[in-house]
This record gives sequence, C-alpha cells and structure tokens, in this order.
Amino acid sequence: MALEQFAPAGVMIIIATILAFIILVISRIFGPHRPTFRKNAPYESGMKPIGPAQRRVPVRFYLVAVLFIIFDVEVIFFLPWAVAMRDLGVYGLIVMGVFTLMLIVGFIYEWKKGALEWE
Amino acid sequence: MNRNRLIIGAIVLFVVVFAIVALIANIGGIIEWVGGAIDFLLNPQQRIATIIPCSESDGCKLLHPIVFGVVFALVIVTGFAYTTLLERKIIAWLQQRSGPNRVGPFGLMQPAADAVKLIFKEDIMPDRADKWVYLIAPMVKVIPTLIVLAVVPLGPDIIIPWFDGNWYQVPLGLSDVNVGILWILGITSIATYGIVLAGWSSNNKYAMLGAVRSTAQMISYELSLGLTMAVPVMIVSSMSIGDIIDAQAGSPLNWFVFQNPLAAGLLIIALFAEVSRSPFDLPEAEQELTAGFMTEYSGMKFAMFMMAEYLGMIGVAVIASSLFFGGYHLIPVTAAPIMGPLILIGKVVAFLFLFIWVRATLPRIRYDRLMQFGWKVMLPLALLSVAWTSISVVLGDVSGSPVVYGIVSGIFFVVVVAAGFFFLRESGDPTAEIEDDLADDPVVTGERRGLAWIVLNLVGGLIAIPFALVEMLVKSLESVGKTAQPLSDETAIVPVNTEAAATKSGGD
Amino acid sequence: MEFNFITVAFIVFSLITLGGAIGVVTCINLFRGTIWLMVSLFGVAGLMVLLSAEFLAAVQVLVYIGAIAILFTFAVMLTRSITSDKMRFTRVWVNVISAGILFVLFALGVIYPVWVANAATHFPVTDAGLATTTDLGVALVSGSQFVLPFEVAGLLLTAAMIGAIVIARDADDEGN
Repeated sequence: MALEQFAPAGVMIIIATILAFIILVISRIFGPHRPTFRKNAPYESGMKPIGPAQRRVPVRFYLVAVLFIIFDVEVIFFLPWAVAMRDLGVYGLIVMGVFTLMLIVGFIYEWKKGALEWE
Repeated sequence: MNRNRLIIGAIVLFVVVFAIVALIANIGGIIEWVGGAIDFLLNPQQRIATIIPCSESDGCKLLHPIVFGVVFALVIVTGFAYTTLLERKIIAWLQQRSGPNRVGPFGLMQPAADAVKLIFKEDIMPDRADKWVYLIAPMVKVIPTLIVLAVVPLGPDIIIPWFDGNWYQVPLGLSDVNVGILWILGITSIATYGIVLAGWSSNNKYAMLGAVRSTAQMISYELSLGLTMAVPVMIVSSMSIGDIIDAQAGSPLNWFVFQNPLAAGLLIIALFAEVSRSPFDLPEAEQELTAGFMTEYSGMKFAMFMMAEYLGMIGVAVIASSLFFGGYHLIPVTAAPIMGPLILIGKVVAFLFLFIWVRATLPRIRYDRLMQFGWKVMLPLALLSVAWTSISVVLGDVSGSPVVYGIVSGIFFVVVVAAGFFFLRESGDPTAEIEDDLADDPVVTGERRGLAWIVLNLVGGLIAIPFALVEMLVKSLESVGKTAQPLSDETAIVPVNTEAAATKSGGD
Repeated sequence: MEFNFITVAFIVFSLITLGGAIGVVTCINLFRGTIWLMVSLFGVAGLMVLLSAEFLAAVQVLVYIGAIAILFTFAVMLTRSITSDKMRFTRVWVNVISAGILFVLFALGVIYPVWVANAATHFPVTDAGLATTTDLGVALVSGSQFVLPFEVAGLLLTAAMIGAIVIARDADDEGN
C-alpha cells in the first residue's frame, strides 16, 4: 500500500528536518551575539530605511500566479493521461487534443491581450 | 568563548564515549561482519546462498531508510561543499586565475574553512523581521532540496552483508514511489514557498522585491518543467523514476534525449531557471537587488540558502540525467551494481560543469525578457514537445511498427529544426564579429610549450566541438529571446542607429 | 482500534491538519495565516497517503502548497494595508456561535452517512480494489466515464484564465 512506499521518504523528511535544525542552531551556539541598533536595522545600502518594506506588489505578479495555477492544473490533467496514453490510443489523443486546444485558445487570448508583456 | 569551548569539549567527549560504547556493544557483530566480508570476497558461492530481499525483512525495512537517509544526507552535503569548490576552481580556470589554493593541497580544504568561518559568524536577527517566519524560511528552502531525490534510485539493487550473518538485497534509493514525477514537481514547488517566506519576513525592500521576482520566475518555468517531464512518462507509461531509468538501459542510444531532444533541452533550461542559476539568477542580481531574498540573512542561515542553491544544482543534475540521460546506465551495470552510483556521479559532475560553464559564459538575462521567454517561447515549445512524443508514440503503437514511430518522430524533428532556423534567421544579428583577443593569448600563440601546453591543446581540441555547438545554441537562444521582444523596444534602438548613420555620413 | 504504525501516522497527520487549521483562524496576521493553512493542507496530503491515494496527495502538495500558497501570498501582498495593520474582530461571540453551528452541521453531514446509515460497513484499505494512476487516466478520457466533465473542466480553466486577465488588466489600468 501507499504508506509503505512513502514511509522511507517520510524518514528522509525527518532526517532533513533534523539536519536543517542542527544547522540553524549551530550558529546560534557558536557565533557571537552582540546586537546593536544599527546592525539590526533593515539593510538599505547604508541609508536610513524609509517606510515599511511590506508594501503592495504590482497586480501583474498576481496575474502570473493565477495563470500559473491554471496551467499547473492542465499539467496535472496531462500526467495521468500520459501514463495511460498507450492504452488509450488515437481516441485518447483526440480527447486530450480538444482539451489542450481550449487552453491554447485561452493562451492566445492572453497573449493578444498583452498579459504576457512586461514593461 | 569559554562557554563555547566547554560545549565543543562536551560534544567531542560525548561522541568519543558513544563510539567506544557502540564498538564494545557490537564487537561480536563486527567480527561476524568482517568475517562475512572476507568470506564474501574469497568465496563467491556464498553470494548466492542466502540473499534476502530488503522488502521481505522487517528489520531491513526499518533500518534501510534510516541508514540510507543519513548516509545520503551526509554524502550530498559533502557534495554541496565540494560543488562550491568546483565552481570556484572552474570559473577561475576559465578566467585564467588560480582560484582557491591556500587551504590544503589545491585548496581542497577550502569548503571546511568556509563552513567553520560561517559557523562562527554572528547570527543577526533584524529588529523588524517576523521572527518565526524568518527562522523557518531557510528550513523551508533547504529541506525540499534534500528530500527531492528520495524518489530517484541512485543505482541498481546491491547485495550487502549485515551483522546477523545474512546477505540483504537493498535498493540504492529510498522509495521508488509510483508518482515519482509528481513528487519531484511538488517538492520543488515547496522550495519556491521558502523564498516567499524569506523575502516577506525579512522586512527589507530588496528582499521583498527579490522574493516576488524569483517566485514569479520559478512558477513560470515550472510549467515547462512539468510538461517536459511528462514526455518520459508517455514513453514508459509509468510515473516511477525507477521504471523510467530502467527503460533507458543498455546502450546510450536508448536514452530519451535521442527520442525527444527538444524536451530534453527545454527541461534543462527550465531546471536552470528553477534553481535560479545563471543566466536566470535574477533573485541574486546584485546590481539591482543587493542579494535578493537573502539580503538580511547572515551566518549559517545564509549558508543554508547557499546550500539550497547548490543542493538544488546537484538535485536537478540527478533528475535531468535520470529522466533523459539514462540515469545510472551507461555500461551494463547488472554485473557490477556498484558502478551504478559512480556512473551517476560522473553524469552529475558533467551537468555541474555545464551549469558552471554557462554561468561563466552568459550574462544575466533582463527580467522582462526572462518572463517573456518563459511564457512565450518555453511554454509553446513544451506543448510542442509533448505533441511530438504523444503523436509519434500513439501512431507507432497503433500501426504496430517502430518504423512509423521513427518516421513521425523524424518529421517532427525536421519541422522543429526547420522552424527554428526560419525564426532565428529572421531575428538573428548577422553583424556579430569574432574578437581578435585570442591572438595575444599565450596558450594560443604557444610561447610556453611545456606539458601543460600540450594538455591544454589536447583538451582544447577535444572540447572545441562542444564549444561550437554551445555557441550555436547560445546564438539561437539569444535570437529566440529577441523574437519574444515587443515591437516597442525596437523604437528605442532606431534613434541610435540613425545617429550612427548620421555620424557616418557626416564623416564621409 | 489497534495501535500500530498506521494509527500513529494517522494521529500525527490529524494533529498537523487540525493544528494548522486552528492556527489559520487564530492568526491575526494574514500572512502567517497562509503559512498555517499550508501546514494544514500538508497534513491533509499525509492523510491522503494513508488512504492509498498517493496521486491525490502529490497533487495536493503540487497545487495547494506549490501554487495556491503563492497565489494567496501575492493576494495578501496585494491587499492594501492588511499586511501591516493589526486587524481584530470585535464581535467575537457572534463569530464563535456561527462557527459552532457550521461545525455541527458539517460534522453531522460527515458522520451521519458514514457511521450511522452504514454502521455495519467498515472501510478496510486493500490493494485489490485500489485504482492506479493508469485507471485515473483511462477514466478521465474514456467515453463511458468522465470525458464530458474532463472537457468541461478544460473549458472552465479557459474561462478562469480569461476572467483573471480581464480583472487584472482592469485593475492595472486603474493603477496607471
């Protein structure tokens, strides 16, 4: 069953977490710890920091994320079909072609609309 | 300082005592193991006598992941340390410098020195940072790079003796799950999230900008990655990496790169972007963003980000060689299974050399061109490569003869190459000239005809062909980047040209 | 309930899921809330592995942690002043009561059909009846099963893409 397959990977996750934790703690133990006000201020090329850093990002990045999710879901639909492709033959190819064609139409719209342009 | 020495002393003492106790407790087992190993070497019949597959023994099932995981983690972390050295050495070589050569012979102890230095650096916690997120961000970045290879077999099953006197057949991989491709995609996408966390929690403008940029970059190229990874899945009809590797056994002509070179090339480019290596190292564009998302990190936390980058390089080298370049197959490895990991290491080093070579050669690509290249060139080409393999495989299966597969595949190949030439000729720059700097090069003029000169000439002659090929590839990539340019950019070029023309005519 | 490896794994993953969910609703900072949400979804992926649905588990990690997390993060970063302000709901009791009623309804909806209506049925996980990824691929495309929903999903994705562009471009124009 699936758990037996994934259990070694789970062990690896635990080992990696422990390793990362050790690395994180090791410099806390051995390194000096002498904070000063200026040392702990955000780095802005030596200038005094102006305003908050966590400001709004351009909507463009949000658009990229949305488009990414849509194509990511497409990739996920691709993979089980790719596994079964040789069983399905030409029929499967046509069905998948129709599916992809719809997304390509959307992609062309996106291209023409300029959603892929970066100033 | 005293406290630190005490802690170091305590740790050393603990390790020594633990080792002694472990040695005494297992002395019988060790003698038996040594005896078994000698027996194994001297008496080949013993090998076939009692071999227990690991999956049939409860103890082995429990112990194998732990031992393998720890060994694998240590090996890959050492590999990371020496990858940094390799990178510095090769870049120094390409730039005719010496590189690190002070610590140990040929600078071989340099990574250890770097690690010690970073350990004793101050660990700064910025005042405005979100403390917990700031702490977990390096972990979220580095853990996926360690575990992504858990699904990749690093060699065929090997047979080892164990303390109970039996021989066990253990796989050289952690868990070859049957959704291996999805595991790789999913785990690499978690690493993207680590960058967002780091950038946001640092509360620094450079970090924030760098994080948003590199996230957008990585998710854009992840699409092409996912699509090209589907190509071997289609050929093998399985998502398990072990199946994909085994389908490429035998001669190197069975590698999938020869079935779909387009997909292999796109996969490598997408992997470059995925681990943010040059020329896609936008998050680290130091002229614009200082150090990107890791601006506020110092000490070992900074080292963790570097570790994630180099482990990512090693990881994607293993993934690329497993999916398209035969994994651990080069010569038949069933006779000597231990050759498997060595061959894989050789391929990984070759890929690392490619990574470093590209970094030393290409300038960083501009951000808008990067995004346009990802969406307007990589994504359509990835869809084309999927169409290539799917149509030719299905038609070959339906007709029942590999000839049809070859013909359809060949048609696709010709179409891709012809279209590539057509598009690139349109946008290529024919006025590019070869520089004459080589005329003064001591290597070329041959003033020092020592042994090194002969070796250099031999090596240079041997790698001249790949150089030419790579230059062609680079030229084509540049032209492809230019095709993705919007028209508005050309207006910016036109005045310069007219000005140049004006001065020229004025001179006349 | 026998106490074995699977039970331990189930308890661990359930605790991760529930702990993450509690973190989501108690966190004032929206960004930290998204991190807790990812923890919770990771626990759900673990539960799916326990149910032998490894394809779904991998998709869960790929889509939710890899994509939706980034989308939420960008959305939070896009929202005006919400990352810096400490917003606090003042009408705690209204929220608690409505959340409690919703929880009871959902719990009934899950518990009744599974444990009361089919009390005799157990759900042992066996290898025999398990669907593989190949079965999934065949089912998605095969004419007698899910080919129509599959194509409709493609249409939906296209519609979502166009909608996203329309909304984002409008906002962009306003911004300029």
